[in-house]
Amino acid sequence: MSSYSVTEPSARQKWFAGTLVVLYAVITILPLLWIIGTSFKSPSDAIAYPPKTFFQPTLEGYVNLFTTRTRVTEEQLKQMGEPTTWYDRLVRKDGLIIAGPSRFTERFYNSVIIGFGSTVLCIVLGTAAAYAFSRFKVPLKDDLLFFILSTRMMPPIAVAIPIFLMFRSLGLNDTHAGMILLYTAVNLSLSVWLLKGFIDEIPIEYEEAALIDGYTRFQAFYKVVLPQAATGIASTAIFCLIFAWNEYAFAVLLTSGTAQTAPPFIPTIIGVGGQDWPAVAAGATLFLVPVMVFTILLRKHLLRGITFGAVRK
Amino acid sequence: MAQIRIENVRKEFGAFTAVQSSTFTVEDGEFFMLLGPSGCGKTTTLRMMAGLELPTSGRIYIGGEEVGMKRASERDIAFVFQMFALYPHMNVRKNISYPLVSQGMKKAEVATRVAEVAKILRIEGILDKPVGGLSGGDRQRVALGRAIVRNPKAFFMDEPLGALDAEFREHMAGELRALHDRMGATTVYVTHDQLEAMQMGDKIVVMNHGVTEQFGRPQQIYDWPATKFVAKFIGSPPMNFLEFDGMIGVGGDSIDLSGKKVKVPASREGRAGSLTLGVRPEHIRFVDDSAYRGRVIAVEYLGTTQIVTLDTPNGELKARTPSSQAARADELIGLDFDARTLTLFNAETGRALVSEANEGVLRRG
Repeated sequence: MSSYSVTEPSARQKWFAGTLVVLYAVITILPLLWIIGTSFKSPSDAIAYPPKTFFQPTLEGYVNLFTTRTRVTEEQLKQMGEPTTWYDRLVRKDGLIIAGPSRFTERFYNSVIIGFGSTVLCIVLGTAAAYAFSRFKVPLKDDLLFFILSTRMMPPIAVAIPIFLMFRSLGLNDTHAGMILLYTAVNLSLSVWLLKGFIDEIPIEYEEAALIDGYTRFQAFYKVVLPQAATGIASTAIFCLIFAWNEYAFAVLLTSGTAQTAPPFIPTIIGVGGQDWPAVAAGATLFLVPVMVFTILLRKHLLRGITFGAVRK
Repeated sequence: MAQIRIENVRKEFGAFTAVQSSTFTVEDGEFFMLLGPSGCGKTTTLRMMAGLELPTSGRIYIGGEEVGMKRASERDIAFVFQMFALYPHMNVRKNISYPLVSQGMKKAEVATRVAEVAKILRIEGILDKPVGGLSGGDRQRVALGRAIVRNPKAFFMDEPLGALDAEFREHMAGELRALHDRMGATTVYVTHDQLEAMQMGDKIVVMNHGVTEQFGRPQQIYDWPATKFVAKFIGSPPMNFLEFDGMIGVGGDSIDLSGKKVKVPASREGRAGSLTLGVRPEHIRFVDDSAYRGRVIAVEYLGTTQIVTLDTPNGELKARTPSSQAARADELIGLDFDARTLTLFNAETGRALVSEANEGVLRRG
């Protein structure tokens, strides 16, 4: 008796599976929710014990994140007259005034430029390399592919000192171009391998059909191969972006001023005016947003990627 | 439409030779079959004709023009792939109009041409559907539509029915042949299915190990195979081979088969040594008074005919006889062969000896 049939799961099984999924989602989302919650707490609520689940929300964390403040005497405060904006009012009740904007906006902007810049470069170079490896007779193909993969075999930070020295003599220290180049170099192996897998999946007959239909190889590549590789490109792009976006060690070592990204900046908030956890949480919350938006935008392609193999044949 | 001529075409992939010096001509308007087992070089030959592979040496002419080293897009041909290669990110209409768009044709003209083709193939109803959800037959029609919409010099098809299930394949084969008859387009068709080749082709090239074994009309190839390979590959059940040692002189018209004299068509070649007598199953008659006898091993009933497997002094043999003719296992039956239809092969080289009967087919270049 080797026959079996697929039966509709019973209500209990469905309920069990549903609970499991919800439980998992809660476990994953809880730390995020806690960070987002902390970003709306007052500093005293943030360190209260036992931890407060319900609290009076305040934007203090965000104000502190975007500004620098100085302490003034009560007399000075009285001389200054009534605060003009809501955030002025917010800091004054602690005896502070806003001295100027913080560097967060700049750092965030650096993260965006370096993160997306290296992702775009990774995808362009990776797609071209993956296509060549997939379709053409490249001499020593297997060795080259292994070499590309081997660049990923040791932790990137192991080469931090040589890279630091190289960057210094090339004048790439603390520059956008330097960081984009570095993140691209680290991510390219992943991008070539992932994309090669996706391009291998696309039957070569599509291109041959296009060649016979009167297209050049390049036209066949971008009109026939690229649209079908969209799924692979989207998921590869997400992986590249997440790495570049979250990278901390290189950023600490190689950037300090003009090109500093958000990850090394956020912890420095702690040092300014005591341990300001709500401001750190606010920074972390805002830091999450771009990757989330990017992933949600490409979600359609990702879902298609999962079902790709199932529906094709 | 055009004549296609292949001259001494050879293809090597590194140390492996896929096609060894093929020469044949596809006449204008012919439905031409490239037939052979997998790995015989038939697809490589077709791909060289289409320009998807470049020949290592030799010439290819399409419509009198040498195209061997030209790009596929410059040859003005259409190709139908086994897996159809419909662009999955376009709907049916876009797939069919794609080759026209690449030529820079005006939108209105493209629309008329696509409508015409859709009418010929009866796929007007699905033009705006995505290709993903189509049935095998509709995919096949769309792939054909993309081929015929351009009105090319020739159609090349690589096992286009291979992806369809058996029942539908027969229907599509008929549809394809009818389409060809209506359009009169030169078509080169690759298949490993000898029945499909016989059923649809005007002419067949049988290939094996990169070598052209025989080239001719289906009936010529069936009746007068040039080699033992062709004889074995075509026909179901295939031609029987009776192995024996003997001799035949030039002009000789009989052989000695284990003591029985068998008449054969007058030979144009002499040969002494190991020989093979080739007999089609339907050319064996059961005759009580024959001295050449075989023992019945098995009988397969097929309706109006039956296949009787016999053990003879020269090897096993399958005969196709009317079902009415009784044959029981272990029975000894006298056998007689239709002298006009026999072929003698040189058992060492596998080549047929030229005789009065097959010289017309074998000596025709």
